[in-house]
Amino acid sequence: MTPPVVSLALRWVATLDALTVRRVKAALFVLCLYPLASLMWLGFAGGLGADPVEFIRRSTGTWTLDFLIITLSITPLRRVTGWHWLVRLRRMFGLYAFFYAVIHVVTYFWLDQLFDLDAIWRDIVKRPLIAVGFLSFVLMIPLAATSTDRMVRRLGGRRWQQLHRAVYLVAIAGVVHFWWLVKIDYTRPLVYSAIIGALLLARVVRRAGASGPANAASQQAARAGRGGADRERGLAR
Amino acid sequence: MLIKKPGDIKSFEITDRELYLNRRQFIQRVAGAALAAGMPGWNGVRAAAPEKIRLPETRKSAYSTGEPLNSLKDITTYNNFYEFGTDKYSPARLAKSLRTRPWMVKVSGEVKRPKTFDVDELIKLAPLEERIYRLRCVEAWSMVVPWVGYPIAELIKRVEPTGNAKYVEFTTLHDPEQMPGQRAALFGSLDWPYVEGLRMDEAMHPLAILGFGLYGEVLPNQNGAPVRIVVPWKYGFKSAKSIVSIRFVEKQPVNSWQKAAAHEYGFYSNVNPSVDHPRWSQATERRIGEFFKRKTLMFNGYTEQVARLYTGVDLRKYY
Repeated sequence: MTPPVVSLALRWVATLDALTVRRVKAALFVLCLYPLASLMWLGFAGGLGADPVEFIRRSTGTWTLDFLIITLSITPLRRVTGWHWLVRLRRMFGLYAFFYAVIHVVTYFWLDQLFDLDAIWRDIVKRPLIAVGFLSFVLMIPLAATSTDRMVRRLGGRRWQQLHRAVYLVAIAGVVHFWWLVKIDYTRPLVYSAIIGALLLARVVRRAGASGPANAASQQAARAGRGGADRERGLAR
Repeated sequence: MLIKKPGDIKSFEITDRELYLNRRQFIQRVAGAALAAGMPGWNGVRAAAPEKIRLPETRKSAYSTGEPLNSLKDITTYNNFYEFGTDKYSPARLAKSLRTRPWMVKVSGEVKRPKTFDVDELIKLAPLEERIYRLRCVEAWSMVVPWVGYPIAELIKRVEPTGNAKYVEFTTLHDPEQMPGQRAALFGSLDWPYVEGLRMDEAMHPLAILGFGLYGEVLPNQNGAPVRIVVPWKYGFKSAKSIVSIRFVEKQPVNSWQKAAAHEYGFYSNVNPSVDHPRWSQATERRIGEFFKRKTLMFNGYTEQVARLYTGVDLRKYY
């Protein structure tokens, strides 16, 4: 049914060689700096509006959520397409989410609170809006800190993976933070919630499916190692 | 959905070609914005050049502050005017579709001399003054704005309220044709029309003005043209824009934000650094143009003038 050119192209994408993946990754690395470059450009050109601090905070906040969504999309996308090299981009996207979150939090610490730690602490304790946002950020710190290959080895794949499931909490807390910020127009938080909800649901559904007897073999394979599990799934499809 | 009240202008009179094209542009922009991952004003903030019509010579006022003014650009591009979208940059782009002439303001209710004023008649009712006021938004930012107008009291005296007039209710235009923000939203919208209210003595206070202009010129549409109120000791949302009705009533009106979230926005909504919004602090504010936050003043710095209105009132309860 599919034209031969397309199926050939798809097969090529599915089995990209290491060098090409590195090049794709390098190109995406530069692309992910676009929000920052854009903010800087607008800053110099006087395009950040009457309240530049608020503009920077809003945009870095949404970019953090955007990158979290991209990060969480990698695994489902890989499963659907069979493009297993996608997983090699995941860490970079996750770190970009952290990067924009840092800018987001620094504007609050510095420009709003003047690094007055007492005031910041009182704000966090008193206001769920701040607390949930701060929780989301704090949970990202250990994930960013253990993102290197060395840390993966030191923790061991299984423990590392368990720790990094905290990203689900990061995303949930982040989107709740967004909800509580809004005065009345919930359109955007709702869109973000729907996307993040779907990405988390995909995992729940998969887990539920995987625990059934029919999938015992693939679970076995999953325990044996990620590569094995992936191959198993590739065959099952 | 378009709900028409009797006496409305016919739709073929409203939807001229230019407006129709504006609407197309709006739809295209929205589609573009959706693609850009929903970033508000992601392409930066473009300033609209407001139409410049000078108002007659205005008097200076002792009520004006000497603080440095915010620029016309800041004042006209950073607006909360939900009738033209919920982000602060869209009113400057979308409010072009508001037609401010002819414009009638119906004054009714508990008054001996009810009257529907043409806005051009209303402007000439009393001598115009320049009033340089601080404006403090409930979202914890502020500006200094040189308004032009005269005390609401001037109008109130002329229509002679009866003894039953305890409150004044101000209503903004409701016309989704001209105000895209009023077009059917799936969820998360204010109830239209926008309604605000003041206690009679608040409305009579010399600080509370009917505003017709800023920076010596007629109000740009995004700032509430052709006539609004300005109540500088209250959060910005109390100062209703583009008013079509002023009604004198016995019972306290339910203002739009109170209706939307009564635990967050009260009827009084006096600027008060010691009573926080349930979700954020009101102790500090960012003056637009400044980098760091500054302390918020009680009654937005107008304590000397207005504190007497609230003697014996528990401002924590009546927020």
